[in-house]
Amino acid sequence: MIRFIIKGLLRDKHRSRLPLIVVSFGVMLTVLLYTWITGFLGDSVNLNAKLSTGHVKVITKAYKENMDQLPIDLSITGSKSLLEELRKDYPHVEWVDRIEFGGLLDLPDSTGETRSQGPFTGFGVDLRGASGESERLNLNKILVEGKLPSTGGEILVSSLFAKKLGIKINDKVTFIGTTMYGEMSIFNFRVSGTIKYGSVALDKGSVIMDISDARKSLDMEDACNEILGYTDKEYYDDEKATILMRSFMNRYKDTGDRFAPVMLRLRDQNDLGSLIDYMTNVMGFICFVFILIMSIVLWNTGLVGGLRRYGEMGLRLAIGEEKGHVYRTLIAESAFIGFTGSLIGVTVGMVISWMVEKHGLDFSGVLQNATMLMPGVFRTRITTESWFIGFIPGLVATVLGTILSGIGIYRRQTARLFKELQ
Amino acid sequence: MLTGQPSGKELLSLIDRNLVASSRVMTARMIVGGARGSRTIEFNAWTEGDKRSFSEYTSPAREKGTKMLKLEDKLWIFSPSTDRIIQITGQMLRQSVMGSDLSYEDMMNNGDLASHYNAKITGSDTLQGRKCWVLRLDAITDNDAYQLRLVKVDQERLIPLSEELYAKSGKLLKRIVLSDVKQIQGRWYPMKMVYRDMLKNGDGTQFIITTLKLDEKMPENIFSKASLK
Repeated sequence: MIRFIIKGLLRDKHRSRLPLIVVSFGVMLTVLLYTWITGFLGDSVNLNAKLSTGHVKVITKAYKENMDQLPIDLSITGSKSLLEELRKDYPHVEWVDRIEFGGLLDLPDSTGETRSQGPFTGFGVDLRGASGESERLNLNKILVEGKLPSTGGEILVSSLFAKKLGIKINDKVTFIGTTMYGEMSIFNFRVSGTIKYGSVALDKGSVIMDISDARKSLDMEDACNEILGYTDKEYYDDEKATILMRSFMNRYKDTGDRFAPVMLRLRDQNDLGSLIDYMTNVMGFICFVFILIMSIVLWNTGLVGGLRRYGEMGLRLAIGEEKGHVYRTLIAESAFIGFTGSLIGVTVGMVISWMVEKHGLDFSGVLQNATMLMPGVFRTRITTESWFIGFIPGLVATVLGTILSGIGIYRRQTARLFKELQ
Repeated sequence: MLTGQPSGKELLSLIDRNLVASSRVMTARMIVGGARGSRTIEFNAWTEGDKRSFSEYTSPAREKGTKMLKLEDKLWIFSPSTDRIIQITGQMLRQSVMGSDLSYEDMMNNGDLASHYNAKITGSDTLQGRKCWVLRLDAITDNDAYQLRLVKVDQERLIPLSEELYAKSGKLLKRIVLSDVKQIQGRWYPMKMVYRDMLKNGDGTQFIITTLKLDEKMPENIFSKASLK
């Protein structure tokens, strides 16, 4: 029976071609959209997590109130003991201390006077310890020129920033900033390498140095403004982060001290919560709209096909085939079309997604003024869900369309069929 | 003291006559209130007109030996720890000096108000127990950091006792309270100013003048880069 239906579909192209094209195209679009959104969301979240937010972040209560200004005067003091405590209390979480700060970088000319200068965001990270920060930040991979800092007084400068100021490897540059206590801080550093994150906001002006150098420059001995926690090597798990945050808040109850530590999840920072919610809602909406539109289109296609095959249906009913049987064969036909179309759609969608995942699409040109931490090269991401997200709606929509359009079969009156056939 | 109410322009000229000198030599200290307590910065400053200024920090140890030179709209800082002369220009001049509530522009400013602002007296008030005129100053050009200043001027001594400085957007940027008014070489001069940067959460910065000499002859070559090192 199935072979008979398939043969019918293959021989009568009018019956299968249009629905097949519609289903394939729709499924392909869904797969592409899903992998695109997953890729963009994943990359943005990961970039933020690794560089700035962690999966959770411990800061002081006062720092939280003005976090976007990076107020290092409101940093955590006694950070070493707090870090040890966190490592002991939550051993399954990787904890690292960081200093994020702002300042000016000044490049001197041969006489020692200012040649060029620009503002930057600095990251003091543990580059020479065993915390795995270099790997977490992919520093070896994003290194464009030179080498990673190996001794004190060496820094990495983002490539666009280095280009803008005319900085070359081994150049001596001067950091101008403010210490934790509000004093002016001026320190010389040597540029050991340049890096490219692929995020325009960072590439335009950022510096990475070892946390011990940041501590020295900013007078932050045994202090840091952020302790980041990573619950997993790669991906942010909102549930895990929420459980951790609740446990932390229970342990470190609010004492009214404005320098008491508080914990934030990734979703509480940099508007990432809205981004995650928005993208999740968009995904649900896309699937809903896809099924709705496809059902309407395929219902319509089914109706047109039904009209074209009006005589055929009439004859089949007239010679005694049951209405239910005719209806079921139509559904079986649509299931085959849905399956084949979805398969084609998924295959084409996945091939394109794989190519975009591998090569990426460079949007850094249009993101020149972006302030949000997002990757300049957009990539898709293929996940297990990518295989089903288009396939299942493709199959369901096709069958649903036929179920709706095939109802007309039951409205045909056997008594009138012969008249119609005459 | 004036007998009647002057026009805004006249009042501004009278304020300038008090506060603007051809040159100024001062020893001062800034007490900067921060989140983790306050700290005191001491310095000596030489200023000529509104174009040339030189200052040397004497305390605390971390700032000692730091020198600043302003020529026209350019500012150079010498840092002894790095042995570097660093130039600060443009928007950077509006940044805080050593974590205080004063910007480099505020610090170096000795210019007259009359050539930068249109003035209008909008009312009167009492401040620090003294009768004041409320003066509204609107910047003539877009170049001034503060596009609007609301000043309360002592009617007798003709000096501001408080100022509110606004950005072009109408946002209040700074509030200054001037007090400890003394007569220096025949002029009334406020020896203490409390600056409050309204965009910061700190407790404000007290700017206290310890010694002040007006219309002094400036040392030779002090306003040159050579004097920085």
